[in-house]
Amino acid sequence: MSVAVPLVEHFARGLDAPICLTWELTYACNLACTHCLSSSGRRDPGELTTAEAEAVIDELERMQVFYVNIGGGEPTIRPDFWELVDYATAHHVGVKFSTNGVRITPEVAARLAEGARGSGGAPQSGYVDVQISLDGATAEVNDAVRGEGSYAMALRAMDNLAAAGFVGFKISVVCTRHNIPQLDAFKALADRYGAQLRLTRLRPSGRGADVWGELHPTAAQQRELYDWLLAHGEGVLTGDSFFHLAGYGESLPGLNLCGAGRVVCLIDPVGDVYACPFAIHDAFRAGNVRHHGGFAGVWRESELFRSLREPQSGGACAACSAYDSCRGGCMAAKFFTGLPLDGPDPECVKGHGERPLSTVEPGSAPRPSLDHSRRVPGAAGDGAVPVTLRRRPPDRACDENPLAMMER
Amino acid sequence: MSVLDEAWDLAPQVSVRPERFGALLYHFGTRRLSFLKDPRLLVVVERLADAPTAGDACRGAGVGAAELPTFERALARLAETDMLRARR
Repeated sequence: MSVAVPLVEHFARGLDAPICLTWELTYACNLACTHCLSSSGRRDPGELTTAEAEAVIDELERMQVFYVNIGGGEPTIRPDFWELVDYATAHHVGVKFSTNGVRITPEVAARLAEGARGSGGAPQSGYVDVQISLDGATAEVNDAVRGEGSYAMALRAMDNLAAAGFVGFKISVVCTRHNIPQLDAFKALADRYGAQLRLTRLRPSGRGADVWGELHPTAAQQRELYDWLLAHGEGVLTGDSFFHLAGYGESLPGLNLCGAGRVVCLIDPVGDVYACPFAIHDAFRAGNVRHHGGFAGVWRESELFRSLREPQSGGACAACSAYDSCRGGCMAAKFFTGLPLDGPDPECVKGHGERPLSTVEPGSAPRPSLDHSRRVPGAAGDGAVPVTLRRRPPDRACDENPLAMMER
Repeated sequence: MSVLDEAWDLAPQVSVRPERFGALLYHFGTRRLSFLKDPRLLVVVERLADAPTAGDACRGAGVGAAELPTFERALARLAETDMLRARR
């Protein structure tokens, strides 16, 4: 079949509707992960109501968005969480949700397992995927980032799912300097539970900006990760997270393109639409689903999204031999480390990010526009010190890369 | 026997979204996403249910003899991945 325009160009120019999107249902969270991409903690009083959320789902159904990646905050602590999940699946919008496991009790696990078994009937009934966030294969490594007791909580959730017969849930790991040495251990853990491993990239987004410098993998670890991913093929999911690693040579399975505002986006708890889950900043806010035109109006008409769908200049990267593979890397990673968007990724595998990174004035990188971190009572000052610990891993980006299973 | 000589239909869990380049196919059971990169392949897929064979659907969609092997491979791949089911 002759294809005049390569498929990837169609995606770069944007589709009439996202293939999938991330939807943070709440900024409330029981944890306080240090690298939380959405700076979650406290519930925002302006959260979408149940009716408003259902109206968004109606739109997604009309636009044929195949599934949503639900996150937060901790989405399961929204009182209407299960109601919204049921509403979405009943309206032909599949649900993949990320959780730290806090509400995955034996009862909930049984219910999820029952839903999964019932999926043989109507086309989309029972389409619910569960992703348990875990950032260490040991409590020591995990809890240092996600907080005391969070490893035990995640494993309890996994035990409950396994006991209920829910197979194929995902273990979702944000790759850090401290857990890259545990890749095999993660895989063994997933195998033990009949689960699927999902690895995603740490972004300097949200509170992640504060810890990125000390947590992001070293150059040698990036190479190790790349080789490991190549060796494991499509058996390990990546949410198309590591397309900057394509600069090493061979592409990893996936789109290998930034889908922000083109084939994916983020809806935040108050209905603001951002280009991607790692870009919660005014510079990447396209509009709000509450406004006239709703989500579809934002997706199709926003100035920001239109500009993202224009041909992008390679800038300083254009002359690089790897540009066609990595396309300059991750927009959010550049933005929140203070690098120009048309230059190299801070983790450029050719090392081109190092020099520009070293010239960024400390403290000059853009800060996230929102912070829902919980205050620490009795902390220094008047208690208004933002917690630097929270949950919500920088996963679920282009979550489940739309093209991870693409036909080649 | 060639996939072209058999009768097919979309699998019940597959959703089709037309696009400028062709279409997106999403299988809600396997979570597999496939891309139909030629609008004629979308027409073929849409006609499968009513065509006696896949070959008839291809010819009905204006696929010439020279291109038939390409379409045959694409349909075989869709059948392999459970996007299509044999009609009996």
